[in-house]
Amino acid sequence: MITLQLNGKTLQVDAAPDTPLLWVLRDHLGLTGTKFGCGVALCGACTVYLDGQPTRACVTPLAGVGARKVTTIEGLDGKVAQAVQAAWDTLQVPQCGYCQSGQVMSATALLGANPRPSDADIDLAMAGNLCRCGTYLRIRAAIHEAARRLEGLS
Amino acid sequence: MSANIHLSRRQFLQAGALLGGGLVLGFRWAPAGAAPAASGFTANAWIAVRPDGRVQLVCPRNEMGQDVHTSLSMLLAEELGVDPRTVEVVQAPADPAYVNGMLGAQITGGSTSVRDSWIKLRQAGAAARTMLVGAAAAMWDVPAAECTVADGQVVHGTRTLAFGALADAAAKQPVPKDVPLKPRAEFRLIGRPLARLDGAAKARGQTVYGIDIQLPGLLHAALLPCPVHGGKVASFDGSAAAKRPGVRKVVSIGEGVAVIADHWWQAQQALAELKVQWDEGAQARLDNAAIYATLERAKEQSGARVKQAGDVEAVFARSKPIEARYTSQMLAHVTMEPQNCTARVGRDGVDVWASNQHPQRAQALAAQAAGVKPERVRIHSQQIGGGFGRRLDTDYVAQAVAIAKAVPGTPVKLIWSREDDVRHDVYRPPALHLLRGSVQDGRVHALAYTLVSPSITNRMFPGVVKDGIDGFMVEGVANLTYGIPNLDLRTVIQEVGVRVGYWRSVSNALNAFAIESFIDELAHAAGADPVAFRAAMLDAQPRQRAVLERAAKEAGWTTKPAPGRAFGVASMECYDTHLALVAEISGDAKRVKLERLTFAVDPGIAVHPDQIVAQLQGGAINGLIDALRSKITFKDGRVEQANFGDFPIPRIGEVPPIAVHLIEGGDKPGGIGETGVPLVAPAIANAVFALTGQRIRSLPLADGGVTFA
Ligand code: FES
Ligand code: FES
Repeated sequence: MITLQLNGKTLQVDAAPDTPLLWVLRDHLGLTGTKFGCGVALCGACTVYLDGQPTRACVTPLAGVGARKVTTIEGLDGKVAQAVQAAWDTLQVPQCGYCQSGQVMSATALLGANPRPSDADIDLAMAGNLCRCGTYLRIRAAIHEAARRLEGLS
Repeated sequence: MSANIHLSRRQFLQAGALLGGGLVLGFRWAPAGAAPAASGFTANAWIAVRPDGRVQLVCPRNEMGQDVHTSLSMLLAEELGVDPRTVEVVQAPADPAYVNGMLGAQITGGSTSVRDSWIKLRQAGAAARTMLVGAAAAMWDVPAAECTVADGQVVHGTRTLAFGALADAAAKQPVPKDVPLKPRAEFRLIGRPLARLDGAAKARGQTVYGIDIQLPGLLHAALLPCPVHGGKVASFDGSAAAKRPGVRKVVSIGEGVAVIADHWWQAQQALAELKVQWDEGAQARLDNAAIYATLERAKEQSGARVKQAGDVEAVFARSKPIEARYTSQMLAHVTMEPQNCTARVGRDGVDVWASNQHPQRAQALAAQAAGVKPERVRIHSQQIGGGFGRRLDTDYVAQAVAIAKAVPGTPVKLIWSREDDVRHDVYRPPALHLLRGSVQDGRVHALAYTLVSPSITNRMFPGVVKDGIDGFMVEGVANLTYGIPNLDLRTVIQEVGVRVGYWRSVSNALNAFAIESFIDELAHAAGADPVAFRAAMLDAQPRQRAVLERAAKEAGWTTKPAPGRAFGVASMECYDTHLALVAEISGDAKRVKLERLTFAVDPGIAVHPDQIVAQLQGGAINGLIDALRSKITFKDGRVEQANFGDFPIPRIGEVPPIAVHLIEGGDKPGGIGETGVPLVAPAIANAVFALTGQRIRSLPLADGGVTFA
């Protein structure tokens, strides 16, 4: 049994220590909002936070998580996340939607660290999140929109 | 897609009462086919009004991002008189009632969903409304003509009755014949903004895709497929794999060996312990050079004539034509959701949960794999994490069922690795394009074109290709918009040993690359402006001419741009939609940057304009996969690429602004989902020529020596 701090709860997981966090979340814990896209840190579909840092769950072994707090799309909360998701709704970003959990996780982390990102900042922070449907232009616009909303709040 | 896979017959509207009460309307084919009941629904149901007020659309097409759930709900709601946001979308089972009238099979593809439903769903909505109004009028004892509907209620003066309260009575009303549909000027929903019904859930990770299915007692499977397509397991030793933690069973399914385990990662890891002797079969030596050499040898065949006018040979005999030879690469689909399927083979039949674009085929393959009749297979179609044509093929369904047979009564979820998704796809066909043309008085006077390529339709729908014509292979040829007096347009079907598949926009993309690039060559040979050159040949195509001129205007088209800048144009009709695209680039012969893509699009009627823009932008980015640098190649029978590292798709920083200008120049909607793709490669190639003087005649364009920033 390995102890995991997940979305504000402490729980025990019965999985081999080398199991990637992605499959622990999806298969063992039934949290399917985090997606499998490539398995080798090339697509960003599996993005979660470890102590707030965006991390690719597909290449993070369970044993490597340690005491760090894991946040998935299901546990994503707070005013930045809400602004991002509201902007996603306004701009109508998702198409198939499969990459969008990862996009929202990365976008929220970006705005948490940089409340007024430029296009170049966005391109850099979001470079690891592929979208096969090609929603990139709306992702960029929605991140700017979320930044404006947050500015209005503060 | 323009070909009809099976002969289509007329569909008839039918009404009835729901099992649990309420009104149900559906379509049935004449003559009535075998119709197994969908759970809780009367067979053939398309729409239902429940006594609790819920309005349900049994969506005949699958949602893969193209907005079909929302667009089709809008069509229904427009006539029914409900808020489309209250429509509950239920995914249709595999059933003849849901056959796509444009394709003759229950397929989501060919940019047909809105076109096929345009009349049917509005008719169903209008009929249901008429019956609900009839029921209310009878209750109030007033003429139906004095009643109106609004927001799910029938209104008479100050009295209202909710649809739910009328549903049972409405079911006893006669089904109206030929209810007049609203004229366009009265549309309240069609053409207006509306948030996607599935958008909010997708932004919150709540949407359930095929890969997310969870069931009590679910086991997981991973598959080691034969590395060569069509190869088989000769023998295997699974003893070491069987000893791995969590492993329940190791089974051969002929085309590969599967491991069933408690968790997917356990199954996937155990694959490394398998010892398999393969019989690699006929394609063991398949090689890229040989594939293109085979196409090359076939080019002398006369093939099938797609379009003919005048006498090209007589023209070419008088004056030597300009000749060119183009090639296009193979491509994988790389849907973001890797292929997967959950199957349960029980005494009560077979259940299949899968993201798919073709439930009937999934049902047929599952039945074959399980050794049961198709009507014993229940297909539970799920939200699709990207289709692009990949999920018209349901090979993964047959595999999952074959694997699940080993553990009767237990559901098993098979998930492919991304590597297998890339290496075991059905690929966009490799193609060779031969062109000859001549110019007279500043116009194309003669054009001869031959496409040499394998036929996807021959593989998927044997018998549908007639007289050498594959209706999907001639797309982008048969619908040529230019008025050219001498034409000889042909296709040659040549198999090359590759399993080929429909890839978003299918042959429109292949043919548009060659033809629109070559038209550009002829324009330059004539010393003409490529936009004016095209426009001059569109006298008989006012809608096509309008999009061309609009795109040029919006893009700031000029043949004399600032140094280091250039424009390229391409133009076509596909899926009943007219499009033109201008690409603006900057840089030099070595390094090219995409500055802007500008579309003008005329889909006739724009049902959901916001999502048309989204599809065009996404389609264009899909077109960048085709245009810039991605390709699938074979060596020793194996696909050489494996993941997003060697089969790249565009990242956010590579995507230029993409403007979409809509014109509504028709009286019915055209197709949308695939239309953004085909013009991207030729528009960029034409811009590269304008910038550098280099004509790149093969895809991907990066193989022509240009690096894209
Ligand atoms: S699945 Fe982890 S980055 Fe692609
Ligand atoms: S929305 Fe489909 S992959 Fe991004």
